[in-house]
Amino acid sequence: MRRSLYLAGVTMLCAWTLVPIYFLALGALGGRDLVNTFPKPFWPGSASLSTIRDFLAIDGVTGATITSVETACLCMLFSLILGLPAGYALARFSFRGANAYRLLILLTRAFPVAILALPLTVGFIRLGVYDTPLGVSLVHTALALPFAVLVSSSLFQAVPRELEEAAWVFGCSKLQAARRVVLPLALPGIAAIAIFAFVISWNEVFAASVLTVRHRTLTAYLLTVLSESPLHVQFAGGFVLILPTVAFIYLVRKHLFAMWGISNR
Amino acid sequence: MIRIVTSVLAATMAMSLPARAEDLVFLSTQLRPVEEAQKMREIILKAGPVLTTYVADFPQVVPTRLAAEREGGKHTVSLVGGLHGELQPLVTAGDLMPMDVLAAKLAGRGIPPALMELGKLGTAHQMYIPWMQATYIMVANKQALPFLPKGADINALTFDQLAEWSAAVQASTGKRMLGFPAGPQGLMHRFFEGFLYPSYTGGVVSTFKSAEAEAMWTQFAALWKTVNPNSTSYNFMQEPLLAGDVWIGFDHVARMLDALRQKPDQFVAFPAPAGPKGRGYMPVIAGLAIAQGAPDAKGAEALIDYLSTPATQIKMAQTSGFFPVVTATLPDDLEPGLKLAVAAIARTQSAPDAKPSLLPIGLGTQGGAFDKIYLDTFQRVVLRGEKPRAVLDRQAEGLKKIMAETGAPCWLPDKPSQGPCPVE
Amino acid sequence: MIPYILIAPSLLFLGVLFLVPLVQTIALAFQVHGAWTTANFTTMADDINFHDAIVDTFAIVAIAVPLQLVLALGMAMMLRGLGRGRDIVLWIWSIPLGISDLAAGLVWLAILTDQGFLNTVLLKLGLVSGPVSWLSYETPTALLIGIAFAELWRATAIVLVILVAGVQMLPKEYNEAADVFGASPWQRFTRITLPLLKPSIQTALILRTVLAFEMFAIVQAIGGRNFPVIVGEAFTWQYTNQNFGVAAAYAVVVMLVSLAATLVYLRALRTPREQIG
Repeated sequence: MRRSLYLAGVTMLCAWTLVPIYFLALGALGGRDLVNTFPKPFWPGSASLSTIRDFLAIDGVTGATITSVETACLCMLFSLILGLPAGYALARFSFRGANAYRLLILLTRAFPVAILALPLTVGFIRLGVYDTPLGVSLVHTALALPFAVLVSSSLFQAVPRELEEAAWVFGCSKLQAARRVVLPLALPGIAAIAIFAFVISWNEVFAASVLTVRHRTLTAYLLTVLSESPLHVQFAGGFVLILPTVAFIYLVRKHLFAMWGISNR
Repeated sequence: MIRIVTSVLAATMAMSLPARAEDLVFLSTQLRPVEEAQKMREIILKAGPVLTTYVADFPQVVPTRLAAEREGGKHTVSLVGGLHGELQPLVTAGDLMPMDVLAAKLAGRGIPPALMELGKLGTAHQMYIPWMQATYIMVANKQALPFLPKGADINALTFDQLAEWSAAVQASTGKRMLGFPAGPQGLMHRFFEGFLYPSYTGGVVSTFKSAEAEAMWTQFAALWKTVNPNSTSYNFMQEPLLAGDVWIGFDHVARMLDALRQKPDQFVAFPAPAGPKGRGYMPVIAGLAIAQGAPDAKGAEALIDYLSTPATQIKMAQTSGFFPVVTATLPDDLEPGLKLAVAAIARTQSAPDAKPSLLPIGLGTQGGAFDKIYLDTFQRVVLRGEKPRAVLDRQAEGLKKIMAETGAPCWLPDKPSQGPCPVE
Repeated sequence: MIPYILIAPSLLFLGVLFLVPLVQTIALAFQVHGAWTTANFTTMADDINFHDAIVDTFAIVAIAVPLQLVLALGMAMMLRGLGRGRDIVLWIWSIPLGISDLAAGLVWLAILTDQGFLNTVLLKLGLVSGPVSWLSYETPTALLIGIAFAELWRATAIVLVILVAGVQMLPKEYNEAADVFGASPWQRFTRITLPLLKPSIQTALILRTVLAFEMFAIVQAIGGRNFPVIVGEAFTWQYTNQNFGVAAAYAVVVMLVSLAATLVYLRALRTPREQIG
């Protein structure tokens, strides 16, 4: 009895996540006619991919998708390179200025970055990174870095210090110990950080709009395109935005699962 | 994980290696909706003289972007397309190139001298070449026609008759079926600036807080009781018209064209209503300008030349619902929806009581703040039910400040002024 | 010396890409035509939408963030009890993690519009007789609830992943010991799991709250003009009204509010250093 109640709860929460996406899919596949139909059917009747196909055929969608992926990957990379060492420092050392640094990190996250993109524009043009995935990814890194630092710091905090000290005893240098002992234990969490960074970049829209002309990220491109499109095109666009996400999360699900697995050991 | 990251990264780097062609960048505030932009690219620009990347963006973004490019010293945009009022601040900021030579070259195209004069934007030089024009009209579902007040001519409607009509529809259907584009991307402010105010007060700025304006807002608030409450979410009226949520709608012709095109036998199109001071209407004029420091100024000139040939202009009318500025005869076999729109526009322009008003002129970057005065007044009086007199007095202070700061003299329909347009 | 070397790259990065433009923005908020003044803040406070924007933003944060925490905690605990299919469930629950504000807004727009799926369901259940407006200015409560639902749907996953990452680090021994002493599952949860999860909860709350204060695209998709929020107003002033000073003033407000919330969490959920060990 308790077990079936519990399973019902799990199923309901799954439905809570999936059903809204299903509705959007219906809206995207149903085309213009479905938008003006009421009551709406719950099953795809005359579903066609024509709206989605039309949408994908729009000039610039492919290019924008590539730009988006480039930007997001760069952002992921920068966030890890810059964030992990800092998170480790916060977790393992007490040093003067640690609190000030923490505050700076939090401050970064407590500010609408799109407003900051405006003063940044001029500098970016001078540096030649305006309208490039690199430039946008730099701003996105500023957004994602606090996540990386804070989450990795709490990750490293949770890795028992004794394990690391044991590694030193066995003759590992501090760097080796960090790499061989701490890193593997924290890896699932690091995967989570990487996903955050990717997702933040993929979803960020205003800085991306301000800092680009031709090389728009997909979300920035869609913001302009969608807000003035008929509803069925909007739904198609929304659906296209969601699809790769589902796939991406599916690809890293092993790491999400590993996150779970460790605590089971 | 790290392996995934690096391999994905490598793959994307490889994909991005072939440099994208250095096309001419055409930054435009017009034809933004996907389908419109797509037609612009596929039908109009593909046949043009230069390879062009058509970037459609919000009017607010254009000055910001050009300013940033100017300060940074690296220009990407060559050609700028926008409404008269949107191009004005670019001149003030020094982001547009004078184009007198091109203007002389295009003299034989038959662009009306008044429009060419507008293209100087108050300077001694031609700053833009008129590109296309449009206006706002009303569209109604034929199901609403039986409820028209007795003796009312749909092509010469008054605001009183519109109120009566809408109330009759509500009484019969139980639903509020009149709609306005008052959503975040809607053009509601133009309804106040170009239609309601001129029709009721004969002015826009000088008569802002007049007794007529007070009466007008009271009446409009009463009319709003029969307006679909989702109007504050409508950006384009074609959608709710097609969905049947709205039977009578007001909007920019290009933003209702889809409804007319899809179901031409279900809708009628007609001019906006008249008030005590006439039938206010706002012609919309878009122009083409060349960015200061354009990487491809020659290409931009060739493109402007191409876009203002009669053949291209007729094609534009057929694809977008914007009408030619040059001498060009629209073919008789226009598709039915477009024909409805053309007829409504022609009736608007030739109405005996027509009272044209221009888009705000000379406001520079304060254009948005100016629109906000009218939208805030609407929000306070109509949506929140505040007393019109108090609201008008309060908002008039803001309006005075904008006029004083920009020094903008009156434009039509206000009477010409010495110095900044006064708020009386 | 080592910690400074470790934080130096990120410090340098944030200095250039955050502090410099931040100072520029604050300067902008206190200037009109180059003169120092607080006029931007007066304009902001006098504006018709200011009051609504503050109230709406706080309302959403106050409703959505606690619910997200409770829901995510429940989900994280449920995951512990799952046998087969754990990874698939975790995957499904993590999907909203990658869904942008813009897309999430569209998802809920498809559900909540007059002719949307919610009304279809209600119609089939016989609760309504035709399309009902949920998102108009005449139904502010329904609009608030709708946006809260969308936020809850979209952003619970972020909290979930942070909490799951925390749960996996919990030492098994505590629970085994609790079993020996015959603690009930609820006691185990409140006495052991929850206190040990405090650092994760703190991180999750800070990130979520600050993000919720910055909510914008989702609200615009669903509520349009009818539901002003602080950051939305900042963008309107920046882009539509072209008044960078007032936009910067709003930005300063968001910063102060977020900063205050962060400090509250840091104090309220403090983990003494010895306990981290």
